[in-house]
Amino acid sequence: MPLSVVQAGRRVRVVAVDAGHGLEGRLAALGLAPGEEIEVLRNGLDGPFLVAVKGSRLALGRGMAQKIRVA
Amino acid sequence: MKPMKKKLTAALAGNPNSGKTTLFNELTGSRQHVGNYPGVTVERKEGSCRYGGVELQIVDLPGSYSLTAYSAEEWVARNFIVNEKPDVVVDILDASNLERNLYLAVQLMELGAPLVLVFNMSDMARARGFEFDLEKLSRFFGAQIVETVGHKGVGIKELLSAAVTTAQQNGSGGTRPFVLDYGREIEAELSKITALIQAHGRVKGNYSARWLAVKLLENDKELKASVAAPEVHEQAARSAERIEKITGETPETVMAGRRYGYISGACQEAVRSTIEIRRTISDRIDSVATNRVLGLPVFLGLMYLVFQLTFTVGDPFMGWIEKAFGWLGGMVEGWWPEGSGSLLKSLLVDGVIGGVGGVVVFLPNILLLFLAIAILEDSGYMARAAFIMDRLMHKIGLHGKSFIPMLIGFGCSVPAIMATRTLENRRDRLATMLVAPLMSCGARLPIYALIIPAFFPEAWHAPMLWIIYLIGILLAVVSAKMLRSTLLRGESVPFVMELPPYRMPTLKGILIHMGERGGLYLRKAGTIILGLSIVLWAMTAFPRLPEEEVAHFEAARQAVAAGMATEQEKVESLAAIGNEEGEAALKHSIAGRVGYAMEPILKPMGFDWRIGTALIGAFAAKEVFVAQMGIVYSVGEADEESETLRDKLKSAYNPLIGFCIMLFCLVSAPCMATIAVTKRESNSWRWALFQLAGLTALAWALTVLVYQIGRAGGIGS
Repeated sequence: MPLSVVQAGRRVRVVAVDAGHGLEGRLAALGLAPGEEIEVLRNGLDGPFLVAVKGSRLALGRGMAQKIRVA
Repeated sequence: MKPMKKKLTAALAGNPNSGKTTLFNELTGSRQHVGNYPGVTVERKEGSCRYGGVELQIVDLPGSYSLTAYSAEEWVARNFIVNEKPDVVVDILDASNLERNLYLAVQLMELGAPLVLVFNMSDMARARGFEFDLEKLSRFFGAQIVETVGHKGVGIKELLSAAVTTAQQNGSGGTRPFVLDYGREIEAELSKITALIQAHGRVKGNYSARWLAVKLLENDKELKASVAAPEVHEQAARSAERIEKITGETPETVMAGRRYGYISGACQEAVRSTIEIRRTISDRIDSVATNRVLGLPVFLGLMYLVFQLTFTVGDPFMGWIEKAFGWLGGMVEGWWPEGSGSLLKSLLVDGVIGGVGGVVVFLPNILLLFLAIAILEDSGYMARAAFIMDRLMHKIGLHGKSFIPMLIGFGCSVPAIMATRTLENRRDRLATMLVAPLMSCGARLPIYALIIPAFFPEAWHAPMLWIIYLIGILLAVVSAKMLRSTLLRGESVPFVMELPPYRMPTLKGILIHMGERGGLYLRKAGTIILGLSIVLWAMTAFPRLPEEEVAHFEAARQAVAAGMATEQEKVESLAAIGNEEGEAALKHSIAGRVGYAMEPILKPMGFDWRIGTALIGAFAAKEVFVAQMGIVYSVGEADEESETLRDKLKSAYNPLIGFCIMLFCLVSAPCMATIAVTKRESNSWRWALFQLAGLTALAWALTVLVYQIGRAGGIGS
């Protein structure tokens, strides 16, 4: 399922990131790569997303959250 | 063994928010210099310090997450390390978020850079229950490790000592690049590419063939362009395809995964976490600050505070500066006999002191504004503001971070344009820069303050002002949207941003930050604005009135002086003559003539040559419009409270024209300081002139439209 439907407070594992070249590398550098366990801190519904990855907090645009598949 | 070097270069690398700048300030104190990297608007900060008889040149590289050049900052950081080959690279890491921060360290190791790792904010890490086995970690990462607490200056000596010894070792033996095992499939592809690179001649840069192969596989655009041989490209493409087929992921993702694998392996062995903290204090603050309901009010409240600070606290200081320049002008004026028409006097008093003073007067505002911004940035709140505003800004094709510059624009366009630096994407940044002047700045307020009471009844005053500001905002929104879908078309950068933990800003950091910006502003006032002020002054001063006219006014003056009127009446008549002479002189000057010449384009807007001349003055600084109107209407020194001037305006124009003046001043040609700063920040005259021409054309078209429709509708006539 896309990250965008995950509710705040849930921990999920990243399955795949379909963001295209360049951006995928950047996300991976930030720790957002397949296999990584992340926690959704805030799901803005129509606004941006807040997730906890590797001890840091990342804000993701809604479009971005749709491109990240989690389980 | 080579002799010990006496001068060393150390580059500070590290993730954004790792406390790198704080350490840099701690290391170099005030001995720093800020410039720009050639071709990009990334700040280049350098400083120096001495340690044990060695002179260290320290370069603070822009914050980067990796060495794959994703943003201009990362590109600059990587090129510096690769091309300028510093004697040592000091990688600053946030020790409380070690794994993520070590990612850059691994890449630096792969590059073979002589490395020192700095575990910064180690006090915070300890408070979070982390225990590091530094000896083990040092072996894993092939570098000396130093613990520091940047804002307290703890560990600075150790840092310097480690940097110097590493640099000296590097000078005598060199560091061998670390070879990370990427796993059988990728290694097989890497060796194929490496072999081809070596077969096609030597590697151009300061890196190994393997490193280049890794970057090619990661699809690094810049390095790809540096390789000429088509065979290498073909192999890299084939390899990437194979890896994607086998793993189902892009090579860069797989390789990032391997790097993180190495890091977490090392951390499992050498880092112990004694307490589990699920919610940090930062998270608790964020549950309010980024809350869907509370986030916006908190944000607006903070912005209100910023404005209050900037404009109310700044006011008395502005008054003092104004007074100081007034005093200076008066003193210089005193060097000549009263009423002297000396050109030099006019140049110094009206041109230089008046022009530069008009800009320097905003310095307190600018300093306070940057103080507030520095606090917001260093505390970590700025990232939250961008987060909150992203949805709204996204709708108009801009980035969440565009909001801050636009808000600052209500104060002054110059710092607003400077604040666009936080935007990574050039298109987002340019679009923001171009529309920022539409936010009605503080210098335009005197114009509205003069016009509105002259033409509109009391009850309309406040709504009228709101309407003007609102028009500016609407135009900015529409223009941004238009720019982003035409000239600056392109994907808006998907919003991905780290929200750094909240931190107490340090006084030193904030002061340095503020001082830098203030210095830049002052330097501009001393150079470009000084030059343009003189040009504008010359336009209003030349050509001078012919002799006989001057004689005519002189005769009139003498007649008054010799007349029978009372002292009081004499002073008034003399002032009237002076004003008349001023008007005649202005009419005769280039500015006046240009105003006349412009009448054909001014007419459709309902303007006459007088307004045209005042508009030329407004280009120097918007508020000059008021003073210039005072001169053309011979009321002498006028300010926005001048009732005489208002009466004159009321008899010469109608409310429709009054509104048109405000509309035109709102939209048209941003002042020359804005143009200059746009040029500097966009690194091109093209965008600066585009901004000037575009906004002026927009202003003209709109004003004509409003005037013509208004007239046809019978308003104001």
